[in-house]
Amino acid sequence: MAKYNSHILVCGGTGCRASQGEEIVENLTRAIEENGIENEVQVVRTGCFGFCEKGPVVKIIPDNTFYVHVSPDDASEIIAEHLVKGRKVNRLLFVDPETQQAVSESKDMGFYKKQLRIALRNCGFINPENIEEYIARDGYAALGKALTSMTPEEVIKEIMDSGLRGRGGGGFPTGLKWDLTRKVESDVKYVVCNADEGDPGAFMDRSILEGDPHSVLEAMAINGYCTGASNGLIYIRAEYPLAIQRLKIAIDQARESGLLGKDIFGTGFDFDVEMRYGAGAFVCGEETSLIHSMEGLRGEPTVKPPFPSEKGYKGKPTNVNNVETYANIPVILLKGSEWFSRIGSEKSKGTKVFALAGKVNNVGLIEVPMGTTLREVIFDIGGGIKDGKKFKAVQTGGPSGGCLTEKHLDIPIDYDNLLQCGSMMGSGGMIVMDEDDCMVSMAKFYLDFTVEESCGKCAPCRIGNKRLYEMLDKITKGNGTEEDLARLRNLSNVIKDTSLCGLGQTSPNPVLSTMENFPEEYLAHVKDGKCPAGQCRSLMEYVIDEDKCVGCTLCSRVCPVDAISGDKKMPHVIDVSVCIKCGACMEKCKFGAISVQ
Amino acid sequence: MANIKLPANKVQELKDVCEKFNHDKGELINVLHAAQGIFGYLPAEVQELVADQLNVSIAHVYGVVSFYSFFTMIPKGEHPISICMGTACYVRGAEKVLDEFKRLLNVKVGETTPDGMFSVSCLRCVGACGLAPVVTVGEKVYGRVSPEDVKGILAEYK
Amino acid sequence: MEIVKLTIDNKPVVVEKGTTILEAAKTIGVNIPSLCYMKLEDMDFENKPGGCRVCVVEVEGRRNLAPACKSEVTEGMVVNTHSVRVVNARRTVMELILSDHPAECLTCAKSGKCDLQTLAQDLGIREIRYEGEQSHYKGDESPAIIREMDKCIMCRRCETACNEVQTVGVLSGINRGFESVVATAFEMDLDHSACTYCGQCVAVCPTGALTERDSTNKVLDALMDPSKTVVVQTAPAVRAALGEEFGMEPGTLVTGKMASSLRKLGFDYVFDTDFAADLTIMEEGTELLGRLNKFLKGDKDVKLPILTSCCPAWVNFFEHNFPEMKEIPSTAKSPQQMFGAIAKTYFADQLKKKREDLVVVSVMPCLAKKYEVSRDEFKVNGDPDVNISISTRELGQMIRNANIDFAALTDEDFDRPLGESTGASVIFGTTGGVIEAAVRTAYEIQTGQELEKVDFHELRGMEGIREATIDFAGLPIRIGIAHGLGNARKLLEDIKAGKSEFHAIEIMACPGGCIGGGGQPYHHGNVEILKKRQQAIYAEDAGKTLRKSHDNPYIKKLYEEFLGEPCGHKSHDLLHTYYFDKKKKIEI
Repeated sequence: MAKYNSHILVCGGTGCRASQGEEIVENLTRAIEENGIENEVQVVRTGCFGFCEKGPVVKIIPDNTFYVHVSPDDASEIIAEHLVKGRKVNRLLFVDPETQQAVSESKDMGFYKKQLRIALRNCGFINPENIEEYIARDGYAALGKALTSMTPEEVIKEIMDSGLRGRGGGGFPTGLKWDLTRKVESDVKYVVCNADEGDPGAFMDRSILEGDPHSVLEAMAINGYCTGASNGLIYIRAEYPLAIQRLKIAIDQARESGLLGKDIFGTGFDFDVEMRYGAGAFVCGEETSLIHSMEGLRGEPTVKPPFPSEKGYKGKPTNVNNVETYANIPVILLKGSEWFSRIGSEKSKGTKVFALAGKVNNVGLIEVPMGTTLREVIFDIGGGIKDGKKFKAVQTGGPSGGCLTEKHLDIPIDYDNLLQCGSMMGSGGMIVMDEDDCMVSMAKFYLDFTVEESCGKCAPCRIGNKRLYEMLDKITKGNGTEEDLARLRNLSNVIKDTSLCGLGQTSPNPVLSTMENFPEEYLAHVKDGKCPAGQCRSLMEYVIDEDKCVGCTLCSRVCPVDAISGDKKMPHVIDVSVCIKCGACMEKCKFGAISVQ
Repeated sequence: MANIKLPANKVQELKDVCEKFNHDKGELINVLHAAQGIFGYLPAEVQELVADQLNVSIAHVYGVVSFYSFFTMIPKGEHPISICMGTACYVRGAEKVLDEFKRLLNVKVGETTPDGMFSVSCLRCVGACGLAPVVTVGEKVYGRVSPEDVKGILAEYK
Repeated sequence: MEIVKLTIDNKPVVVEKGTTILEAAKTIGVNIPSLCYMKLEDMDFENKPGGCRVCVVEVEGRRNLAPACKSEVTEGMVVNTHSVRVVNARRTVMELILSDHPAECLTCAKSGKCDLQTLAQDLGIREIRYEGEQSHYKGDESPAIIREMDKCIMCRRCETACNEVQTVGVLSGINRGFESVVATAFEMDLDHSACTYCGQCVAVCPTGALTERDSTNKVLDALMDPSKTVVVQTAPAVRAALGEEFGMEPGTLVTGKMASSLRKLGFDYVFDTDFAADLTIMEEGTELLGRLNKFLKGDKDVKLPILTSCCPAWVNFFEHNFPEMKEIPSTAKSPQQMFGAIAKTYFADQLKKKREDLVVVSVMPCLAKKYEVSRDEFKVNGDPDVNISISTRELGQMIRNANIDFAALTDEDFDRPLGESTGASVIFGTTGGVIEAAVRTAYEIQTGQELEKVDFHELRGMEGIREATIDFAGLPIRIGIAHGLGNARKLLEDIKAGKSEFHAIEIMACPGGCIGGGGQPYHHGNVEILKKRQQAIYAEDAGKTLRKSHDNPYIKKLYEEFLGEPCGHKSHDLLHTYYFDKKKKIEI
């Protein structure tokens, strides 16, 4: 094997690949050949770097130079300048928005400074399609340690002591869950990886599977050893072709290396993994739904108990954990529960991956210790609000979560604190909103999602969420009343209280939390018929400023409903009773005379 | 429902898939994925064939097909357009982009243009939130799409 | 037996482990309202998806409310079934369900018998605070069953009945969320599906989503037409249930009042399907003995076991699911169709009328009978042997409409000749009855000896699959009985696999047989009602002077005057039928 002096890591996450990541790899490889340095430099396609905002991202090892917004055309320059002549391509370096200074290494960037990468430890560092690179970073060492020197009870104790809680949303202690499955006697048991990531705006599981698939396989095998299962199943979204492909490669490689299959490490322990595909149903993130889906049924949940640990897949004891939870396991076993439990807050240990998105400067995938504040995440890591706007709210926990506001910014993020604020950890979606975002519309957006994704089995979720949506729609159209607000609250509480599964039990959270945190905004809609954020089209009025209007007639010509009148070279007026608020006039006006009120 | 005749070679291909899965009804969703891969969509006749092969009722198969949004009974356009409606894309204006596609193609979500060229659907989240709003046409991903870009995107396929 | 102690509404409760909160509460007289939940004891029917959420209760220490129908009790559990929180939640959920339900109670077939309506009243719902869009689904009007799915509340009882109990499998939950509903594949009409029209979905539906096709107007039209002679026949199981339509105790026999009310309604001749049931025994019994004796003589091609063919849903079932075995069932028509065939020939001749001038109406505990009358093979030049089939419920409706005080009626007898029957024919109405009736006759014909005791208790009961061996004077005859199509399927699979050792099998599609038919008064989940109807049927049999079909004097006369001999040429033409392969074929 050639010994390379330098490695060029190209982010191969879905985001960067979508931005011509493949062409960049091709061009880099060609440039390397043209310069005759193919024995010195190797191009590696890695998993996601996390800094999606600046993608496509390319990193040069060993000097850790971090190039952002790289295009395929930049490839020859990177090779010729950086790798041949040793001169950095300054124009591709990240520029700190505050200091306006170019920053070369990721560790010096605000985005990475406060991050601690445990679950994402290998993402962006290794070629996920090569098991050797995983092994080189202690891969499968934890499995070896567990199989050869620990009893299942000891492994479970280690996981329990670490304080690791389920990262899929529920926050149930992982070690306890394993122990429950272990204690049920059965000839056959199953270990399942829930990779049906469905929160809109969360993509950590996909990134882990794309960037570090072996960590999940290894953890599943450890889980199998602890619970007494020799069958592993990965339930993955069919919409994740790259993750599926990389998992398939990883499974094949692990089998070839004897790390999956019969008699692993010669210990007599058998374990293998199969894939099952989701088919686009958010509710299948709920474990009983997921199991039904794997059984070829409609993904409808069933009442718990019985829990999957007693009666799961095919009626057998089944342990379901999510991708990120699994990704933590091997490190915990290698570094010890004590190390892990030192990270994080009192009741939430370790780190959490968040998909930071929305109106924030640095969109991307981040991992921070539990207990980090929202302010640190949004302003230090996220680089603050886009276009200098004002922070308004952050939605955590996806459609099941709530909207948190200014007053929550300094609360340390962990399971319990988020719950107390009326939101939840969920799988780790974090959507930042600015002053232009209407909270009623936001709640409506999430309810629209829930209505679409409700399985329909139980009445409160099937009908109740629809009614919540309709009431919110009515309010955003200016037809709501104060009585509606009381109904909205009662209905939200009843849906939470009576729904069959986690979907309905949390779906009103966006409504309740926005009502709690932005009561004046709801009141403005129903009492004054105004949308303070200016997002609700029905509540807006387009107005022409007499002083600025020069009477060019462009607006009246573009108006599709002839709502604008006025003589040439005279100020025009909009007839609000005719106006359909399409905004075409405002777009056309060259004098900034048209505004929304 | 107008009956369609399924091509014999594709029927055989699907039967082979069922054989590979041991005609296990627990594999229904995997089989449906394969069937949609073979036929492009899941017309009634394909669902009847799957029901027969896995020894489950047709109603059961249809119950499953109609539950999961990934499965479709309508043939997709030659160039299926999907607009991501995940939260990140939504807050960055995906709805306006969707409206523009609907306007220019004169179809609703879930429909295919009469010439069979384009179909428009919404996705939950493609996980490329950094590029929001995101549109995919077939396998190709377009990031940071604005309503003004829509015309140009469509032109690439005409 | 493990015991669990808990507290419900401040009262201590001790129940067996595994009991649900709903059942535990019942033991202390606390009735928790429920809607989707339904359990038919001994019938393998249990529907508790935990979907309607009406039965939610407060459990101390639990974050949210628990569905009582689905939550098992635990030691020390403290349950509050009617706290303010619970009542508010229950009412809100009920309002939600009603907000997506058409308020058409005035003209709904289910009004007055609707679980949803009753519950809304019980909960005192006077306003629906959460109104909004209502869901609309494709309706379906098959010959037997009307599906108005806008009225579906997704309780899934029909799905359980169709898929799990009957294994017919034409229904499934479809779509998702607000759009979800129970429907056939591709929302096709039931006619195009493998539906057997057993009507068990209708029997368990809590609302008006699934009802029978109402034919009472057609009957009225016939009664009003002076050119028609209207003849009515009533099936055995009707007399054991019709009283319930008028608030009588389940199990009250109303044979005489029924005959009286039919006459009052204006039927020209009030006859009894029981007469045709005796006729069926003559034909089917003879066919059985024919096959049996051939078999005993060493004929290896003879088809055994013989399967009964009285039940039209069962006939539909094997035509759809086991067409390769369509040579096995008896070719004898069902009593309803035998009656029609005789009425429109033998009896029409007696009246010197053309068959077209006769309208034969049947009152059946069954919805599949509505489909059966429409089968082409039961028509002569387009004129059906039986013109209209109505259910027990529809007859009840007609009697109420006519302002007849049913309870006050004096008992009357059926008309002759087609109204005479024996005890053997009455027991057709319950599971095990047809085969017992057949045994009574076949025994005497085969052995030439008179039976000392006509009651065969070994053939009776409510178990889904029963078997017994009857000693035919040294010849052991092995008999199987199944009720419920799921049980029938098991026996058929055995036959298909060559594992069946029965000589004869009786199959009834509905749990309990015709007493539990899809056209009977609604049982609302109370299985005791079915058991009482069964007892009534056996009581009617025991009270009859004649208890063996071949002793029916009018049957004897019919053969002497008209038919000749059982399974003879004329019988074959009029009283036997053939079956079709209805299995769906896939075109390639």
